[in-house]
Amino acid sequence: MSEELQSGIVKKFLYINRRAPHGTNYAQEGLEVALIGAAFDQDVAMAYLDDGVFQLKAGQDTKAIGTKNFSATYRALGDYDVKRVYVERESLERRGLSEDDLMPLVYEDEDDDWEEKPLIHVVSAREMQQIISESDVLLNF
Amino acid sequence: MTLEINGQSFETDEEGYLANLSDWSSELAEAMAQHDGCDLTENHWEVVNFLREYYDEYQIAPAVRVLTKAIGKRLGKDKGNSRYLYELFPYGPAKQACKYAGLPKPTGCV
Amino acid sequence: MLHVVNKSPFEKNCLESCARLSQAGSCILLIEDGVYGALADGEACEVVQTCLEDRQVCVLGEDLQARGIEPDRIVSGVEVVDYAGFVKLAVEHPKVQSWL
Repeated sequence: MSEELQSGIVKKFLYINRRAPHGTNYAQEGLEVALIGAAFDQDVAMAYLDDGVFQLKAGQDTKAIGTKNFSATYRALGDYDVKRVYVERESLERRGLSEDDLMPLVYEDEDDDWEEKPLIHVVSAREMQQIISESDVLLNF
Repeated sequence: MTLEINGQSFETDEEGYLANLSDWSSELAEAMAQHDGCDLTENHWEVVNFLREYYDEYQIAPAVRVLTKAIGKRLGKDKGNSRYLYELFPYGPAKQACKYAGLPKPTGCV
Repeated sequence: MLHVVNKSPFEKNCLESCARLSQAGSCILLIEDGVYGALADGEACEVVQTCLEDRQVCVLGEDLQARGIEPDRIVSGVEVVDYAGFVKLAVEHPKVQSWL
């Protein structure tokens, strides 16, 4: 384990996801690595842009292509204390999608009687610029 | 690696986690536990069954912190704490219980 | 922040995404096939020109040379740097985003 993890300094990790989910392994691996990071008490946020927005499309069902339907695993992000999932609006719009097409993701706020709160924030390119620049560690998938 | 139970053999990874989820049965869970010198009580089964449901829903075996929190929510704070869970599963609640549940090693455990 | 683009803009959208999501004042470095984005007569020149309005844009000379692109073929305002310049940029910008 790195010295940074052992020293207890919490860094802001941003996982930038720019690839569609089922054609390659990037999406699934990015999600797993992010969950592992979150399990180690790092401050983890997710960013979905370009084809990465397809990862959050509701209604994915891989039965017919015979692969694991890891789209269910995005719903575990909240359990792993990932509380910020950013989706770039322009990437959605260019693909003919809107926020309503995305799977609903929530986290349960332990301090607020397990109240379910939304995880996904659709943001502008300008807001995404800010989110990228404010993160300490950027990981690309 | 293979696990021999009642004359049948089951494929596992090098740490004893079942290779095929579909091989799992409650008898197999009992046998794996006995192999570790552990008798599965109702309290153990509560956790094992919870993990199987969690995997079914999320396609992932939860890390110990996630498991603890989720158990707390489902079964109450007196069970959703590490002391209780480590007493049940001294080798690590997520790791050991996932093994008996026939799941892969939890995401976020090394 | 230093943004690195190593894919051709004629094949991938990395340069375009980088241009859209990098902040004013940041530095964009084109390397490997990313250097094709700097071609003045190529269709990516407009993206590069827009970036130059409020960002620094650099291109790795070694990668230009390897691809037979003469320095006078690239968008004016784009700075050609060598490997040492690349290292200097990386030191000046502790945070790097690679648009892979």
